[in-house]
Amino acid sequence: MRSPFSAARIRRALPTRRRAVAAAAVVVLLAAGVAWAVRPQGPDLRTESALLTVRSGPSGDEPVDLDTTLYLPDGAAADAKVPAVLLAHGFGGTKESVRADAEEIAGRGYAVLAWTARGFGRSGGQIHLDHPDYEVRDAQRLLDWLAARPEIRTDNAGDPRVGVVGGSYGGGLALLLAAQDPRVDAIVPMITWNDLSRAFLPESTGKEPVNGVFKKSWAGLFFGGGGNVGSGPAGISGATGAQPEGAPASAGPPSPGPTAGPGTGPGRAPAGAADPSCGRFAAEVCAAYLRIATSGRADQAGVDLLRRSSPAGVLDRIDAPTLLVQGAADSLFPLAEADANARGIAANGTPVRVAWYTGGHDGGEGPTTDSDRVKFLTVQWLDHYVKGAGAAPGDDFTFSRIAGFDALDRGLVASGYRTADYPGITGTGRREVVVAGPPQRIANPPAGNPAAISSVPFAGELSSLLGGVAGDIPGQHARFESAPLPEAVDVVGAPTVSIRAASPTGEAVLFVKLYDVDPSGTATLPNGLVAPVRLTGLPRAVEDAAPVTVTLPAIVRRIEAGHRLRLVVATSDQAYATPVEPTVHTVALGAGAVTLPTVTGEPIPTTATVWRWVLAGLLAAIAVGLVALVAVLRRRHRRQESSVHPAYADTPLVVRELRKEYADGFVAVSNVDFEVHPGQVVGLLGPNGAGKTTTLRVLMGLTQPTAGEIYVFGHRLVPGSPVLSRIGALVEGPGFLPHLSGLDNLKAYWRATGRPWDDAHFDEALEIAGLGASVHRKIKTYSHGMKQRLAIAQAMLGLPELLVLDEPTDGLDPPQIAEMRRVLQRYATGGRAVLVSSHLLAEVEQTCTHAVVVNKGRIVASGPVEEIVGESPSVLVEVTDPEAARNVLDRLAGVRVLPEGDGQLVVDTNGTARSEVVAELVRAGIGVDRVVPRRRLEDAFLALVGENSRGSGDR
Amino acid sequence: MAGTTVEPGTGGAGGAARGGSGPGGAASGAAAGYRPSATLPFVAEFRRQASRRRTQLALGFMVLLPLIILIAFQFDSGDDDDNGRGEFGSLIEFATTGGLNFTLFTIFVSASFLLVVVVALFCGDTVASEASWGSLRYLLAVPVPRARLLTVKLVVALAYSALALLLLAGTALLLGTLRYGWEPLRSTVAAQLEPGEGLLRLLAVLGYLAVVLLVVAGLAFLLSVSTDAALGAVGGAVLLWILSSILDQITALGVLRTFLPTHYSTAWLGLLSTPVQTDDVVRGTISAVCYATLFWGLAFWRFTRKDVVS
Repeated sequence: MRSPFSAARIRRALPTRRRAVAAAAVVVLLAAGVAWAVRPQGPDLRTESALLTVRSGPSGDEPVDLDTTLYLPDGAAADAKVPAVLLAHGFGGTKESVRADAEEIAGRGYAVLAWTARGFGRSGGQIHLDHPDYEVRDAQRLLDWLAARPEIRTDNAGDPRVGVVGGSYGGGLALLLAAQDPRVDAIVPMITWNDLSRAFLPESTGKEPVNGVFKKSWAGLFFGGGGNVGSGPAGISGATGAQPEGAPASAGPPSPGPTAGPGTGPGRAPAGAADPSCGRFAAEVCAAYLRIATSGRADQAGVDLLRRSSPAGVLDRIDAPTLLVQGAADSLFPLAEADANARGIAANGTPVRVAWYTGGHDGGEGPTTDSDRVKFLTVQWLDHYVKGAGAAPGDDFTFSRIAGFDALDRGLVASGYRTADYPGITGTGRREVVVAGPPQRIANPPAGNPAAISSVPFAGELSSLLGGVAGDIPGQHARFESAPLPEAVDVVGAPTVSIRAASPTGEAVLFVKLYDVDPSGTATLPNGLVAPVRLTGLPRAVEDAAPVTVTLPAIVRRIEAGHRLRLVVATSDQAYATPVEPTVHTVALGAGAVTLPTVTGEPIPTTATVWRWVLAGLLAAIAVGLVALVAVLRRRHRRQESSVHPAYADTPLVVRELRKEYADGFVAVSNVDFEVHPGQVVGLLGPNGAGKTTTLRVLMGLTQPTAGEIYVFGHRLVPGSPVLSRIGALVEGPGFLPHLSGLDNLKAYWRATGRPWDDAHFDEALEIAGLGASVHRKIKTYSHGMKQRLAIAQAMLGLPELLVLDEPTDGLDPPQIAEMRRVLQRYATGGRAVLVSSHLLAEVEQTCTHAVVVNKGRIVASGPVEEIVGESPSVLVEVTDPEAARNVLDRLAGVRVLPEGDGQLVVDTNGTARSEVVAELVRAGIGVDRVVPRRRLEDAFLALVGENSRGSGDR
Repeated sequence: MAGTTVEPGTGGAGGAARGGSGPGGAASGAAAGYRPSATLPFVAEFRRQASRRRTQLALGFMVLLPLIILIAFQFDSGDDDDNGRGEFGSLIEFATTGGLNFTLFTIFVSASFLLVVVVALFCGDTVASEASWGSLRYLLAVPVPRARLLTVKLVVALAYSALALLLLAGTALLLGTLRYGWEPLRSTVAAQLEPGEGLLRLLAVLGYLAVVLLVVAGLAFLLSVSTDAALGAVGGAVLLWILSSILDQITALGVLRTFLPTHYSTAWLGLLSTPVQTDDVVRGTISAVCYATLFWGLAFWRFTRKDVVS
C-alpha cells in the first residue's frame, strides 16, 4: 500500500549534507532573484551624441554649434521608422538635465532629440531668450536634421513626425516653435509663460508691464544663472545640469520642475565674451535686464524685447494640439500664464488640454501621484497626436491639491480631481467671504528693506505648502480678517478682492495676499503667492480713494471649516522691487468681500481604489476558503469517526502491526501487535528505548504511525479521534501548569475536556493522588513523586474505560508503589482496562494480569503474566564441578544443559523432577550449592537485556 | 463495514453509564458528554492564560505605561526644541495639549516596539509554553482536536493582544483627559480635529495598528507551534520584525521594500490628516492580512501534521 518512495525514505536517502547544499542553493537562487529584481535597469535604447552646427539668426546664416544627443529606441531603423520628440531643457540646464525624461520617452518608442540650447553648456552662441530668430530657428534646423535621419518617420519630405516637449524655458520654446513651424505635430509645454514681460513685471489690477512691479529675485536668479557660468545659486537650484552623466535623474518624463532652474552646468564662455556683466547673454537682452533691474521699472523697449520671446502674440498661429501643464506652486509662471495660453490656442480651434499639478518652479515635481499623472498625460498626448496610437485624449481638465503628508515617505500627498470642461482661473462657482477691518496706515520701508517674505525661489515643496517662510513686517502691512468659515471651501482659481489706498505721493506699490488661518492662529500663505499692484493717482485721504479690484494669484486649496481668511496688504516683498523712498500709505477695503472661485471636480480614481477592491476580494476569498476548508474537514472527520471495526467493538485496545519511523529514518517501533481486553491490567515491558513510549504516543494521538492501526473499542484511532476521550493517560511524565495549584490543574484539565463537571469524580482522583493539603499548593513546589501521583489522578479523571500509564511508579516510594498496584488492580475490575508501561520486571509481575514484552521495536513475548512469569522447565544449578555435572546430566534422559559460565548450569529439566536432578548430581559426588527455579519472563527479559544492556534506542 | 455503529462499551465505566451519550457520542465512540466542539472552551483557555504571571504583568504594564509617561511629562523643563523629527514630531510637541493627543503620543511611542513585543508574547508563548510544560500532550489526549486547540489558543491570544492595546489606549485616554482635558486632537499635519472626530480617528488608528500587529501575531504563532521554547517563539518573532524594519530603512531595496511586513506599519499616521489618507492603510491592510493568513495557514498546516514529542 505504501509507496516505496515515501517521504521518509527519500529523506533518509538524502544525506543531511546534501540537504544543506540544496538549502544553500535555494538561498543563493533567492538572493540572485532579489538582486535581479532590484538591479538598476534602463530601457533598451541607443544614443548618439553629436555637436551639430546649424545656421540661424535673422538671416539664417549665422552658424552655431549645438550639443545634441539622439536617443533611439531599440529597433528603430530605416525600415522601422519611429516618430520623434524634441525635448527642450529648462533655463540654465543642458541636454543632460533631461536625460531621464529622454530615456523614458525613448523607451516608449520615440526617437528623442535632446540638445543644449544656445548659450548654455557646450553649445555655442548667446542666450536670446527663445528668440524666434535664434533659439526657435535653431530648433527648426533640428527638425530639418531629424527629417533627414533615416530612422525618423516623416509626414512629407523634410517634415518629420515630431512632438515638442519642454518645461519652463523649454516649454516657451515648444510654444514658439509650434507657432513658427507648421511641421510640429503636437506640443507639451510645461510650467511656462504666456507673456514674459507680464511674468517678470506683474501687476494685479490689470496694468501693462511698463507699470508692473519687477520680480527682481527671480530675474536675478536667471540672469545670474545664465550669465555667469558656475555662479548660480548652487544647491537650491534643483538643476540637474551639474550632475555627472548617468547620475540617477529625478523621475519622470517631462519632469517639469528640476530642469527649470538656473543651471550651474559646466559651460564655456563664448569666444570673445568681453563684457563680464552680461556673461553669455546676448547684448540686447543683457542691456534690457540691466535697465529694468536698475530702475525697477520697465521701458517699452524692454517690454517689447520680452514680448518678442513670448507666445502671447503668436498663439493664433499654433495649430499643433497642445497639452499645457502648469504648477500651482509657482511664483515665477503662475497658473494664469497657462490659462492665457490655453485660451489663445483654443481660440483657433486647436485641441488644448490643461492640467495643473501641485509642483512648479517653487514646488518641484510635486508628489508622486502628480508626477505620475503628468507623465501619463504627456505620453497619452504624444501617443495620440504624434505616434497615432490610442484614443483621443479628450480635453478634460485635471488638477490636484495637496492632501497632506504621506505617513510613510514623509513627502506630500496630492489628490487629483477632474472636470469635463476647463474652467479657467475664474472657477465654475464662487463664494463671497466677508473680510473686515478698519483702514490702516502702513509704511513703505526705504529701499525695500526690511521686506516681507512670501516665497523663496526653489525653497522646495514644503515651504510652498506650509507657508512656513511667509512673514510680514510689523507696521508694513494691514490685515483684514473674516469670521471662521461655516463650511469648507474648495478654492480653484484666482480670488479677487477690492481695496482702496491713499498715499501722500499719489502712488503706491502694494502686495496683496490671502492667508488661510487655522483655529489655532497659524496663518498659511497658499504656495507663497502674492499679487503685486502699482496704484497711481491716489488721493491723500483713504475716504477719497476709489476701490480697485485686485486679482490674486490662482490657487488650488481647500479652506477648512472653522478657518479664517486673512487679507494682508503689505508694502514690501523681498521678491519684488519696491519704491526706494519711505512713505506711509493708508489702505482700506473696497467692497468688504473676497470672491473665491470654486470648482467641483470629481476625484480621479487612483490605484488606491483598485487596492480597496483587492482587499475586499482578499477578505472574501479568505472567508470562503476558510468555510470550505472547515466543511471539508468536518465531513472527512465524520466519515472517519463513524466507522467501527465490529470484531474489536468490545475490546478497549487493539494494536495491529504498528510501525513508527521518524523523519530521520530511525525506526522506533517496527512491528507491534497486542490487545487489551476489559478487566485486564496489561504491562508493556521493555528496556529503555524499546519503543514503549513511542507506542503510547501513537496511542494517544500525539504522533502519526508510519503503518499499522490502533482500534479503541473498534474505532480506528487517529490523532484527535473522539474515542480518545475514553482513555485516561499518563505519557512521558506529568505535564502541569506550574503556576496553578494541583487542584486547579485538575480543574483546568477537566474544563478543557468540556465534559460535565460531575463526570470528573474529583474526590476519587484526589484520593488516589493522596496529596492531602498539598493539593492547594502550586505545582512548582511539588516533588517529582507528587507530580507523578497527581498525573495519575488526572489520568483517572472521568474514570476512563482504558487507562494508559507510562512508567507510573517513577518517582514513587515503595509504600506508594504498593498502593499504586492495588489502585490499578482495583481499577481494572468492572470492565475497565489498564495498560502500564514499565522497564521494571518486578513491577509488571506484581501489578499486571497480562504482559507484552517489547525490545527494539518488536514484541518478544506476550500473554498472561502467570503464563509468562510461571514456573519455567529450566533451573539454574550452582555446582562445585560444572564439568562433571554436565556429564552426569547429559546422561539423564530428556535433560538438556544450556551453556552458562562461572560454575552455573542452566538445566532444562523437561519433565524430570528437580529433586531427581539434584539427587543424581549428589549421587555422582558433585556438590550442589544452589538450585534456583527460572521463570520464562525472566528468561525472555534477560535474553533481551542481559546480552546487550544497550537499549534499542541506541541502535 | 463503514457506517456500522456499535454501542460503545459502557460496562462499568462510570462516566459513560451516568451521563448518557451525546448526539455524536455513539457514532464517534466518544465518552459520554464529550463533544469535540466543546473541548477547551474559550473561557477555559482565557482563564488558563489569565492565571499566568506574564499575562498579568503585560496587561499591568499597559496600564502603568501611560501613568509613567504622564509623570515624566510633569518634569517638563519647558525647553522647546523640535529635534528635527519631521512633520510627525509634532505628536510629541502636542502630547500635553489634551487627552486625545496624549493617547496618540502613547500609541506613537509604543507602536513600533512595545506593542510588537506584547503581541509576540501573547501569540508566541501560548502553544510553546504548553509544550514546554508537557501539558500540551494531555490537551491533545483529551482529545482537543488540533485545529480546535490552535483556533482557541489563537483567538484567546488575539483577544489578549487586543485587550492590551485597548488597555493602553484606554488608560492613556482616561489619564490624559483627566490631566490635560478633553481637547481637540492637534497636529501640524492636519487641521485640528474636534474631540468627537478625534476619538473616531483614534479608534481607526487603533484598528489599523491591530491589523498591522496581526503579522507579528501570525509570525509568533507560527514559531510557537514549531518550537517548545516559548522564549524562542517570542524572541524570534520580535527579531524578525526588527530585521524587517531595518531592511525597510534601506532604500536601495527599492520596490522590494513594499513587500516587507513592516513597510506599512506607520501608515496609521495618515489617518490623522484631513482628508484621511487611506491608500497606504489599505495597502498595509492587504499586506498584513496576506502575511497573517500565510503564517497562520502554515501554523495550522504544520501543527495538525506534526508529531508532538515534547
